[in-house]
Formats: sequence, structure tokens, C-alpha cells
Amino acid sequence: MSSGNTRALEGNSRHPGLNLGPAHAQEEDTREEMVFGFWVFMMSDLILFGLLFATYVTMLGGTAGGPGPKELFELKSAFIQTMILLVSSVTFGMASLALKYREDKARLVVWLLVTLALGLAFLFFELKDFHSMFDKGGVPSRSGYLSAFFSLVPLHGLHVTGACIWLVALLGQMAVHGLDAPVKTGILRLAILWHFLDIVWIGIFSLVYLGGLS
Amino acid sequence: MSDATSLIFGRLGWDALPFWSMLDDHSAMSIINGVIATGAAGMVVLGILAAIVLVTWLGKWKYLWSKWLTSPDHKKIGIMFIVIALVMLSRAIIEAVFMRAQQAVGLDGGFLTAEHFGELFTTHGTIMIFFMAMPFLTGIINYVMPLQIGARDLSFPVMNQISLGLTAAGAALTMISLVLAPFSTGGWTGYPPFTELSYNPGAGVDYWLWAVTLSTLSSTLTGINFAVTIFKKRAPGMTLFRMPLFTWTALCTAILMIFGMPPLTVATGLLALDRYLDFHMFTTDLGGNMMNYVNLLWAFGHPEVYILILPPFGIFSEIFATFSGKRIYGYKILVIATMCIAILSFTVWLHHFFTMGQSAHINAAFGIATMLIGIPTGVKVYDWMLTMYRGRIRLSVPMVYAIGFIMLFVLGGMTGIILATPSVDYQVHNSLFLIAHFHNMLIPGLLFGMLSATNFWFPKAFGFRLEERWGYRAAFCWIIGFMLAFFPLYVLGLMGMPRRSVAYFEPQYVPWMITAGIGALVILAALLCLLIQLWVSIRDRHANNVFAGDPWDGRTLEWGISSPPPEYNFPVIPEIYSIDAFMTEKDRGQGWQAPDRYDDIEMPANSAMGVIIGITGLAMAFGLTWYMWWLVIGAGLVTLVAVIARGFGRTTTRTIAACEVQRTHEHWLEQVRLTHPIDRSLEQTTSNHGRPVPPIEGAVQ
Ligand code: HEM
Ligand SMILES: [Cu+2]
Repeated sequence: MSSGNTRALEGNSRHPGLNLGPAHAQEEDTREEMVFGFWVFMMSDLILFGLLFATYVTMLGGTAGGPGPKELFELKSAFIQTMILLVSSVTFGMASLALKYREDKARLVVWLLVTLALGLAFLFFELKDFHSMFDKGGVPSRSGYLSAFFSLVPLHGLHVTGACIWLVALLGQMAVHGLDAPVKTGILRLAILWHFLDIVWIGIFSLVYLGGLS
Repeated sequence: MSDATSLIFGRLGWDALPFWSMLDDHSAMSIINGVIATGAAGMVVLGILAAIVLVTWLGKWKYLWSKWLTSPDHKKIGIMFIVIALVMLSRAIIEAVFMRAQQAVGLDGGFLTAEHFGELFTTHGTIMIFFMAMPFLTGIINYVMPLQIGARDLSFPVMNQISLGLTAAGAALTMISLVLAPFSTGGWTGYPPFTELSYNPGAGVDYWLWAVTLSTLSSTLTGINFAVTIFKKRAPGMTLFRMPLFTWTALCTAILMIFGMPPLTVATGLLALDRYLDFHMFTTDLGGNMMNYVNLLWAFGHPEVYILILPPFGIFSEIFATFSGKRIYGYKILVIATMCIAILSFTVWLHHFFTMGQSAHINAAFGIATMLIGIPTGVKVYDWMLTMYRGRIRLSVPMVYAIGFIMLFVLGGMTGIILATPSVDYQVHNSLFLIAHFHNMLIPGLLFGMLSATNFWFPKAFGFRLEERWGYRAAFCWIIGFMLAFFPLYVLGLMGMPRRSVAYFEPQYVPWMITAGIGALVILAALLCLLIQLWVSIRDRHANNVFAGDPWDGRTLEWGISSPPPEYNFPVIPEIYSIDAFMTEKDRGQGWQAPDRYDDIEMPANSAMGVIIGITGLAMAFGLTWYMWWLVIGAGLVTLVAVIARGFGRTTTRTIAACEVQRTHEHWLEQVRLTHPIDRSLEQTTSNHGRPVPPIEGAVQ
């Protein structure tokens, strides 16, 4: 019985990210749907960030006499956060490779834990940044500009928090069920989210921090 | 209020009860408004009690839980979406009648307070868009689209349940706001700064915010679900250009939902930050900029109107073809026109605020872009007319709606072109002319589309036809009522009457207002006819039984299975060789055949996720509205735990044995064989049991 896919061809080479062990046509199809669905969700999420970026740009002038980027941002800290996130993308990439090419659960778990640690480190530095901004009077209620900043950057942070929780949940699933198909697609989808958040952060770093300090 | 009670109840106090202010203020006006509000609240409470008593009395709680609320079946979820839409439609029409009554006697006053009138147009607009139109079209697509593409379910059945739960939660929140008042007075658009905390500190705007947010999240998920389903789950051989037109419009609508809902999420989210965390995104002071809200809202708002109108376009395409006994004229052109409309819809949002300060050049550009949409739409109208041309037209109930649509919709389109001219818009914007224009699109377009779809596909879903006599009465009442209620508003708009006015001081308005009021009563009669139609149809269900499944000599796949369909839709996934796949089968004499072999079928298992997320979503929204923080945090945690726990589950499917599939299918085939095929002239009689004389044997074609 065909599973309903028009182009249901045999073999497991249709989708480079998906050949997760022995091929099984029907199962592959539902997995492919999950990953595709997640991509679509990412597109919707990207619009969200895009609009917040645009709004931020229109609010640049709205400091209302309050502190602006030059008074509030520290390039060093923002740079550290950027580096942490970039490295975490690499470590997640290593996890994906371990998942795809080796039946080696230990290696996978180690890379995922390293990624998790980097994600948490990023959040730590981000919160520290916000704290020092608050100390300098950079609170969202101060001005339209700061409101725009705090509607954009923490939303990214919230996404990272969510991704970390998801990662822990996946590790838990792996402990209970082993490395089965749902865990594998879970990791695939989390990888998409993780790299996506990296890209969004690069936007934030360039536009908000570098742009603000230039 | 003591600290302890405010910790539990937040800012919810006795004064939220709709009769509270009446007890302090004994003026006639206050008492009249209090009585109306209390009556509405009483109806909500009584309605819920009646539903609970009825289900208990019938002993159907278990049935309701296991066969409906936790069912992942796209057909049942679709029907539940439509039930929500119909309940909310009734409420919003009653509110509209109250507004029309107020304005009919509104010379120098009337009987409603400005506050109450403001709540009425806000809830009416919000409900009609987010809790009538969206659930209705989501329900119809949910039901029909998988059947049309030969799929057994949507790609993500549990996510579909969650969408339903979120929409139900939003609708419930607007119902709760009748009992624990007030709702917002900021209109369905909720423009700041009026909706900012400094001007509107009460709970009303927050009700509106969270109701809309729940609906937006639901629609985003729905859009993803529909798009992925259409891309990934089509039956073998159903290439994109063999998809039925309704499925095409469903696809374009889904794409619009994916890209069109986020701007609203951003707009309402930022407004919520302003209201709850003292942000200054849209405030009048400290660098806020309310124009950002207006842009974001309409970056959603205009795609939204095409989310609302594309599915009806698809529905009418099916109906014109079916009841003209012809293949649709210009299939490819219709597809291309649909895509053009979907893309253009993102380029015109500025026409909603021509008067808000941008330069004439920008206005001109957006005016022209707006008029461009008239071209693909016009193409569609011609295609529909050419489909009817030289067809053997049967004036069935769906067809009456369709013809009403085509004439009235063109008229509304013309007034749209008028409004798209910025210099004209300066004269009539914010007047009743605009109200007349968009109702002219939404009632003949969206609502007639939904009602004709209901008449068309109801026999598929429930196995019996809707009674036609009351169906015609409803349809004609809708058409006449619409014209009476809204054509006068064009005149009033040109005479200068602003929208959202509780009262006026111009005696010339009165005759037009009274005419519009009569129209609203005719519309109320139309609603009544719909209810009677449903009642009569259920009463006569045995006589009008169409188990064989094809009462209208249908063309697309869904008509080739039993009515109602088995939960797995297709015992064997069909292979597709052309558009109008089922008609092709019938032409070749290959309809209603047994497959060579049957296989086990794997279907999604029941899940309580939709119910859980619906309840926690409602609890969070309610807690946020009344500042009950414990409720917000608690419900949030439950949501998180539920989602994570769901990830640990592994038995998400169940299997239906091949022998059972075979038994069901062969029983149906036997019944089809026993059903007497009828000619199209007998379509509306009790001899129609769902099997047409095949075209090949000389039936109308
Ligand atoms: C069934 C018959 C209907 C009647 C009699 C009716 C009547 C009205 C009236 C009197 C108003 C207020 C006009 C004003 O501002 O002065 C209104 C507003 C509105 N209606 Fe309807 N309506 C009907 C159906 C619909 C439908 C089907 C929809 C959408 C699907 C709809 C959407 C709206 C919206 C969005 C507003 C604007 C609310 C606002 O100002 O914020 N209406 N309607
Ligand atoms: Cu528009």
C-alpha cells in the first residue's frame, strides 16, 4: 500500500538529512513530513523576527532623551555571546554527524550536552547584559527605543530557553526509549531550530549591537 | 479589597457582573442597558447548563469524550470547528440586530449607551472574523480537503486538535466576557493609543487581546498543517495541476495563514507588552509610535481578507461545475488567478489608512496595487460564468447562494475599486460606505460560500440531504436581507455618516436607517430558517438518506466514498489520472469497485492534547485578563508538562484490521448496488439515495 506520497520512490536517499538507519518507506514518509512541517513553522517564525527587526529600526530615534545604544551596549560581552552561539552551532553539527554516521550514542550525548552547556552559557551572559543595562537606566519603560530592544532581543533568548528545554526533554526520551525514530527526528528538528536561532542572533549582533555602536 | 482576595481573584470584583452598575445607578438608560447585558449573560449561563443537562440526560459524556473531543479524525475536528462557528454566528448576528435597532432609533439618542454600543461593534467584528469566519472555513477545509486529495488525515492530527482547542478557548473567552464584563470598546482592530493602559485601564482590552491571540496561534498551526498535508499527502498521480480547485484555494489560504498571521501576533504581543510591562511601543509619549501598530495590523489584515475569500472561491468553483454538469471552465487560469491574488494580497495593506499621513505618491502606488487585484478576481468571475454557459444548470440551494454571490460580490468589488482611489477614500473613509463595502464582500462572499458549502457537503458528512424548502427560504432571506441591510449604508456613507456612531443628529438618515433595520430582521429570519432547515432535515433523515455517497453527481474524489465516510476515508488509496477524478471513473464505468486486496490501515490514536491545551490556554488567557497570576503560572506549567510528556509517548497510532476494512467496504458496495440510480431531475426528491445515473448512460452532461 502506498503511503500517499506522489513521488514515493524506494530508497532512502531522497532527503540528505533523513536516512536514519534501515529504510522503511512509510515511516520515512511520516518523518519527512515532520521535518518539512518544522521548516514551514520556521518560515512563520522568521516573519515574526523580521517584523520585530523592522519595528526596531523604525524605533531607533525614539530614545526620548533616555540612554541609547552607545551608553548601554558592551561590544565585548555581545561578542562573547556571538562566539558562544556560533560554537554551539558547530557542536550541534557534531552531534548531527554522530547521529547520522555512527551508531554511537555516547558520542551523540556528549556533543548534545556540550551544546546545552553553551546554550546555557549564552543565556547567562545575555541576562548579565540585561542586568547591567538595567543598572544604567536602560529599562523598557524608559523609551520607545528600549521597548523595541526588549521586545526583540529577549524573544530570541526565550527561543534559546525553549530550545534548551527541548534538548533536555530529548535526552530524557533517549534515556527512556533509546535512540528510536522519534528521538532522531526530534534531534533533526531541534538542529534546524538551533541553527535558525544562530542566524537570527547574527542579525541581532550586526544590526542591534554593531549597528548601534558604529 | 483585601490582599488575600486580590491574590486569588486579581482585579476581578463584583462590579464585573453585568447587573452591578444598574444597582447603583437607577437612571432609565442604565437599567435598560443593564437588563440587556444581564439577559445576554443569562443566555450564556443557561446555554451551558442546558448543554450539560442534555448530555447527562442522554448519558453521552463518554461518547462525547472518546468519539469527539479526543478524536484526531479530521472530519470530526472539522465538524466541531463548524459547530463553534455556528454558535458564534448566532451571537454575532443578534449583536448586529441590536446595533441596527439602536441606530434605527438613534436620532438624538437611542436606547444603548455609547459604552455598550462600543462593546457591541467590537465583539461583533471580532467574533465574526476570528470566531465565525476562521473556524467555519477551517472546518470546511479540514473536512473536505483530505477527502479531495485522497488522504486519510492531515499531516499532524494532534496539532489539528490543538488548533481546535485554541480556537474553542478564544471563543469561550469572548463568551465569558458576557458574564464577567466588560469587553473592549476598541473595535475589532484595537488601535492604540485608545487601547493603551492609560486610556483603557479595565479588563476589556485584555479580553480582546487574548481572545485574538488564541485565535491567531490556532490559525498559524492550522495553516502549517494544511500546507504540509497538501504538499505531502496527495494520492499517487494527483499532481498539483490535478488537484480540485477547492484544494488549490485551501493551499493558497494555508500559505497566507503561515505568512499573514505572524504580523498580528507581533501587533497584539507588543500591545500586550505595553499594557502589562509598561513598554512604550505604541504610546503617545516617550518615543512610542502607534503607526507601527497600524502597519503591523494591516500587514495581517489584508492577507486575512483573502484568507477569508479564497476558500469560498474554491467552493463556488466546485459548485458551479457540479450543478452545471460541466467541467470547470479555465481550470489553469483559475489556479493562476488564485496564486496572483494570494501574492498581491501582501502588497496592498496601506489602503486601510490612506488618510494617515503618508505622501500622495505612496498612496497612489498602493491604490494602483489594490486595483490590480480586481484583474485576477474578474478573471474568476468570467470563468464561473463561462462554466455555467451552455451548462444544464440545476438551481439547487448551493447554486442559489452561488448566483447570489456572483452578482452581489461584483457589486462589492466595484465599491472596493472606488475606495481604492485615495482621493475618493479621503471623502468616505471611516464612514458607513466602508461598512457597506466590506459587508458586501464578507456576506455574499465568505458567508454565502460557507452556507453553500454546508448545503453541498452536509450529505457527505452526515449521510442525508439538507431539506431544500427551508434551504431556499434561508438563501433568499439572506440575499434580500443583505441587500436591505447594507445598500442603505452606501447612501448613508455618502451622506457623511461615520461608522461606529451610537447616535446621530441628522433627520435625513432616519428612513435609510429604518430600512437597514428591517434588513437586519430579515437576516434574523434567515438565521431562523437555517435552524429550521437543520431540524427538519434531521427529522426526515431516513427519507433523505444518501449512504451511497454521490447525491449531486459529484466530480471529485470525496463523492466516490460512502456518506458518511469511514474514519480512514479510503479503504485503498486511489490512483489519480486526471482532474475531476471521480467523474472520470464514472465516465469509464469504473466507479464503485472493489480493490484486489485490502491492507491493515494505521490511523492516529485518540489523544487528550487538544482538550488539555484548550483548557490551559483558556485559563492562561482568563488569568492574564484579570491579573490572577497564580492561574497564569499554573496553567503555563501544565501546558509545558503536557507537551513534554506527549513527547515521551510512543503509541500514537492504532491499526484497523484489513478484514474489518473489507467488511465495511463490501457492505457499502452492496448497498450501492441496491440503490436505484436516479436522473438529475429527481435530485431533490426522496428517491435520491446517493447514486446518479452514470453520465455514460445518457444522463445530463
Ligand atoms: C449578518 C448580518 C450582519 C449585520 C446585520 C452586520 C451589522 C454590522 C453593524 C451594524 C456593524 C457596525 C457598523 C458601524 O461601525 O457603525 C458591523 C460592523 C462589523 N461587522 Fe458586521 N454585520 C453582519 C455580518 C457580518 C459578517 C458576516 C462579518 C464578517 C465575517 C462582519 C464583520 C464586521 C466587522 C469586522 C465590523 C467592524 C467592527 C468594528 O467597527 O470594529 N459582519 N456589522
Ligand atoms: Cu485590504
